[in-house]
Amino acid sequence: MLHLKSTIHELHEKLVKKEITSKALTEYYFQEIEKNSGINAYITLNKEEALIEASKVDEKINDGRAIGMLEGIPVAIKDNLCTEGLRTTCASHILDNFIPPYDATVIEKLRQAGAIIIGKTNMDEFAMGATTETSFFGPTKNPVNEDCVPGGSSGGSAAAVAAGQATYSLGSDTGGSVRQPASYCGIVGLKPTYGTVSRFGLVAFASSLDQIGPLANDVEDIGHIMNVIAGYDEKDSTSANVKIDDFTKLIGEEIDGIKIGLPKEYLGEGIQAEIKNQINLVRGILEAQGAIVEECSLPTTSYAIPTYYLIAPAEASSNLARYDGVRYGLREQADDMISMFKETRHAGFGDEVKRRIMLGTYALSAGYYDAYYLKALKVRHLIQDDFKEVFKKYDCLLTPASVMTAPKIGAQTDAVTAYKQDICTVTSNLAGLPAISVPFGVDNNNMPIGIQLIGKPFDEPFLLQVAHVIEQFK
Amino acid sequence: MLTKETISRVAHLSRLYFDEDELDVQFHQLESIIEMMDVLSEIDTANVTPLNHVMDIYNVFRTDEVHESMEVEKILQNAPSESENMFQVPKIV
Repeated sequence: MLHLKSTIHELHEKLVKKEITSKALTEYYFQEIEKNSGINAYITLNKEEALIEASKVDEKINDGRAIGMLEGIPVAIKDNLCTEGLRTTCASHILDNFIPPYDATVIEKLRQAGAIIIGKTNMDEFAMGATTETSFFGPTKNPVNEDCVPGGSSGGSAAAVAAGQATYSLGSDTGGSVRQPASYCGIVGLKPTYGTVSRFGLVAFASSLDQIGPLANDVEDIGHIMNVIAGYDEKDSTSANVKIDDFTKLIGEEIDGIKIGLPKEYLGEGIQAEIKNQINLVRGILEAQGAIVEECSLPTTSYAIPTYYLIAPAEASSNLARYDGVRYGLREQADDMISMFKETRHAGFGDEVKRRIMLGTYALSAGYYDAYYLKALKVRHLIQDDFKEVFKKYDCLLTPASVMTAPKIGAQTDAVTAYKQDICTVTSNLAGLPAISVPFGVDNNNMPIGIQLIGKPFDEPFLLQVAHVIEQFK
Repeated sequence: MLTKETISRVAHLSRLYFDEDELDVQFHQLESIIEMMDVLSEIDTANVTPLNHVMDIYNVFRTDEVHESMEVEKILQNAPSESENMFQVPKIV
């Protein structure tokens, strides 16, 4: 009755028809987590509270009251989202004992919608990474092939859904951290338009790039999750005052006559051959459905990685200054304050985090600010302008979600090589655009491939419409 | 040009420290990452304004009204050391 890829909408039907109870569903997932604990998708489980909440939903159903789409359905939450009373570590030693005194806005919204929070998922430390290997709690394994990484930084969130250890999950995406793990694990992942989902309670990495995003087993589920978590929040000063009444409203509509751009810079030499093949297949499908697909160009793409890796670390160096051992988290003993800060941060942060703080501080420091950080902000403007230009002609863009499929755990790459692999995803964070990864086919080693669609600001319903078409043919 | 002195200074600004070996590793890593950034100097941005924010928003204000703050116990619940409703820290001066 329950299977690995159960969707929210399928389970909602079953709950309403009383074919299954929320308690049984919740217990099922905890059993799966225990059976397959080697995946290491979770850092902290929330079993007791989850079962209590599930029972409340069952009572409501038995009383004959109507339930919402997400009600009674278990969700996994990335461990950089504050959950009141439930440990939130950001997969870092410096926060491994931190219990938030408040809920993030998205968590409040999920609770109000009756969602069952089953646990906090593993991630790269402070969301810095693309493999979940920088986690203080060890790597997460890709459920499709346990020798491989699930991607990152929302690797635990992706693995939990792909392994049938949660129906859906929330992650965060600063440079691809929802879309790339979704593509590596063969599930759907959306990075919303910047400002669509409140960042209040999301532990900040890079404030102008971070967005919380859903990961799920199908496109329709993504829409249902967005209907709950999106919306203006006065507690987030970067929240967009834009109302989208129903993210699922265009799913199932025809795509006859829509214009899709294929930016050539995303199909260059560095892209794995099988991925390029899948893009061609998807192109054929979209054209057969009446869409017009044409090559286009985003000339500033080659500057995106240096731009991202100046802006993100610069913002991170500022955001991570708060981890000083004073008010929460790890504190190392020392005789004076500055030494305490240094000892705490030395002991508490992993190597990648230290590297990015150093890079960011350097880029912002006197004498280097103009050449690096300010320059990057100007190039960012040009990158956004490039997208505005192509969107005059095209309704959305089609690209790979990643340059390659999931590599093996421990496949050592130097930082520069690793950073360059983010090319398919960082551009939409820099420009603040919505982007979705839809699974489509596998490579010669049966590893999942993800197809990305990038849309205009606040055009998520349209993006889901096109993504749904692709999904029908996978 | 990146030097070991620069790295040490940046480390101090970041409230981090590195021993000799770690300093070497940091130096080489940062050097190769910064080399990657040099490509940005190719692009002409003379007449470009920096993009501070992806959306057209400006300073967001709220009315100056007093609201409930968080209870002191909650604020202190994660404190490594506290005393008399304050976070206790090593001497500053």
